[in-house]
Amino acid sequence: MVKIEAYRSDAENQWCPGCPNFGILAALKNALVNLGKKPEEVCLVSGIGQAAKMPHYLKCNFFNGLHGRTLPVAVAINVVNPELITIVVTGDGDCYGEGGNHFLHNIRRNPNITLIVHNNQIYGLTKGQASPTTEAEDKTRLQFEGVELEPLQPLAIALLHGCSFVARGYAGDFKHLSNLLVEAISFKGFSYVDVIQPCISWGTHSVSWYREKIYKLPQEYNPRDKEEALKKSAEWGDRIPIGIIYRDDKPHRLFGDYFRKNIFDGKLTELGCPPQRLIAEMIERYR
Amino acid sequence: MIDISTIVSGAAGQGIHTIGYMLAKTASEAGYHVFSWQEYESRIRGGSNSYRIRISDKPVNAPLGKADIFMSLDRESKAKHLPLLKTDGILVDEEERGERVITVPFSAIAQRDFGNKLFANTVAVGALTAVLGIELASLKKVISHEFAGKGGEIVSKNLSAAAEGYKLAKRDCEGRCPWTLTKREQRYYLISGNEALALGASAAGCRFMVAYPMTPSTGIITFLSKHKDELKIFTEQAEDEIAAVNMAIGASYAGARAMTASSGGGFALMVEGISLAGMTETPLVIILAQRPAPATGLPTRTEQGDLLFAINAGHGEFPKIVFAPSDPKDAFHKIVRAFNLADKYQTPAIIMTDQFLADSYFTVENFELDKMVSKSCLVNPDKIQNYKRFQLNDTGISPRLFPGQSQHLVCCDSDEHDEYGHITEDLELRKRMVEKRLKKYELLRKEMRPPEEYHISDAGAIFVSWGSSRNAVLEVVDVLRENGAKVGAIHFTELWPLPEYEFPPEKNYYTVESNATGQLGKLLRSDYGVKVKGTINRYDGLPLDQEYIRERFENG
Repeated sequence: MVKIEAYRSDAENQWCPGCPNFGILAALKNALVNLGKKPEEVCLVSGIGQAAKMPHYLKCNFFNGLHGRTLPVAVAINVVNPELITIVVTGDGDCYGEGGNHFLHNIRRNPNITLIVHNNQIYGLTKGQASPTTEAEDKTRLQFEGVELEPLQPLAIALLHGCSFVARGYAGDFKHLSNLLVEAISFKGFSYVDVIQPCISWGTHSVSWYREKIYKLPQEYNPRDKEEALKKSAEWGDRIPIGIIYRDDKPHRLFGDYFRKNIFDGKLTELGCPPQRLIAEMIERYR
Repeated sequence: MIDISTIVSGAAGQGIHTIGYMLAKTASEAGYHVFSWQEYESRIRGGSNSYRIRISDKPVNAPLGKADIFMSLDRESKAKHLPLLKTDGILVDEEERGERVITVPFSAIAQRDFGNKLFANTVAVGALTAVLGIELASLKKVISHEFAGKGGEIVSKNLSAAAEGYKLAKRDCEGRCPWTLTKREQRYYLISGNEALALGASAAGCRFMVAYPMTPSTGIITFLSKHKDELKIFTEQAEDEIAAVNMAIGASYAGARAMTASSGGGFALMVEGISLAGMTETPLVIILAQRPAPATGLPTRTEQGDLLFAINAGHGEFPKIVFAPSDPKDAFHKIVRAFNLADKYQTPAIIMTDQFLADSYFTVENFELDKMVSKSCLVNPDKIQNYKRFQLNDTGISPRLFPGQSQHLVCCDSDEHDEYGHITEDLELRKRMVEKRLKKYELLRKEMRPPEEYHISDAGAIFVSWGSSRNAVLEVVDVLRENGAKVGAIHFTELWPLPEYEFPPEKNYYTVESNATGQLGKLLRSDYGVKVKGTINRYDGLPLDQEYIRERFENG
């Protein structure tokens, strides 16, 4: 059995004391332990921002790459080694802003990875500029007169492009978030969890603003109903739902299916070099 | 000596590629050295393009500007390219008649005898085969092979169409066409730069190829995608070049040999990724198939304008490998070497080609596959106790494992990091990490092969060149020496780190480059302290050839 201590990292934590990111970190560790996964079986991929520092605080394999470029790295890792549990930890700036194009197209690819977006609706590490999810009119430390752009609707984008696992979590509800992550990580296909994570240093809303509005989707909510899911994904105001907004467990085409079914089903690292006679034979066709 | 140049010109979409390629294959089938290149406009229909085929009994593999035989499929192209026909050359034409004209109405024949204008191209290849004095049997063999997938009826109709064109031209040729290319026993490979690079990458064990389409690099991923089942390589079209380079890095981190390819514009988007590979010490191979720039430039033409850009690509200081192969055989071996060195030194390697090398068909006598060794440098995890991905040591080369290989965790960060790969602000450690990465540069420099020397001992004037212009430069040396000029050449294919090399003193050096500013010349001055006497530059989008170089050299 895997214990939570296995995931303890010695790296010094650079987050602000009291940051809800700690809640996401704890929930993720707990989810991995509940799934019985050892640190060497897990690979976290992140970019730049406060959320992207997560891999340093959770002991496992990781690739902390460039701003916005998490998904391409993660998708490729998953192709090469499908056995690794590949999880992207990113923020609203990293994923929806700088990496927006990769967000769109990897929903379409449907790789078997999990995407966790710490969504605090603000740029934290660069000190309080608007992010793609900052609400219109909100005043920030760069948009002094208020944001003039409409906020992005990432959950709706995911739903409309065929993402078969779309969820929203809250960093302040450990148990709920941990269960959500267990579901997401064990889901076969691209599983996407947007986690509300109030920023206590630069956020345009207070923690209580979120806490008052957040509610759990009720038992009778049917996450297989896409139309209902689209409505829930847009619910943001007086009330904000959390939970699995949409899931479709029907088998879907996964990224790399052709390769796995017809060419090679395993880790690409096992392949080595092709036999030289194959190359010789192919060159011979040019004679 | 046999050395015959043919130009086939026409609008895009008319099929000059088919005619040119079939003719090249036919000459190759007949046992001759063939070199073919194309210049074309960035459009799918219309315009004026040309396909050039040079046939010889000795290896040349370089273009020539002037032609002995000319054929055009439309009036506009004829007007544009006819001045390239030598005064004693032969024109093959549908309508025109004359002393030096072979008249074969291929469109009319195709329509009349075969009920479809589509056969006009085959009639035309038949005619050109006859003009060249190649036996019809060689063309028939090529047709049977090339059309095999299209069914027996198509094959037999094409065979008849070729025979008809051949017969008519043969009759008209009597006493006017001086060439006879008797079938020879030799058999050579006829292959393009893109095909050789794709095969070389695969031979090196590349299992992951990701790219965004961009001329002239697209042929590489297309080839690998077409042959992925037998080569067992995963291919993917990325949403953009930034995704492409980051996917390649992800795949490499995960333990597979991976690469991407693009041209200048897409390569520019990859530059941050190159720096990431440098920082995370992840092996990466990028093919940069150059075309004229800035910006979109001339998308379908050739240039060597990105040398200094490639060498300097990536913010910050880290080791990098830059190769520029001469021809397909060199490209095949160079990319294997690039994979091996990128792996050994855990750093990015860039292979520079250009439209000319990517698209042209070269004759290769022997690939020397026995000289190819692909060597992986991953370490054995069982022999490691406390694993540090970025362990500091004498060489700067730390043990590389991949995630999931063992119980050892593989941690990489784009931030400055400690030996375990964790983010750090320890400035003393930062210094040591910079030095670690640069130590690899020193070792890498020792691996670089010196430039190729050609007739330099008695030469007063020496051409210095790099990459795909090698054969044109060597040819101009031969031509000038035949005329009594004491010239030689020094040719670079391994450009970064620049190899240790002593330039012979007291010589006049002339750089020969497909760019306007003499980028290699700048490197020679800054790194070898070599003073360049003159520069020969070409930047009109066409490849360097011996006539062009000779003209500039002799007339200043």
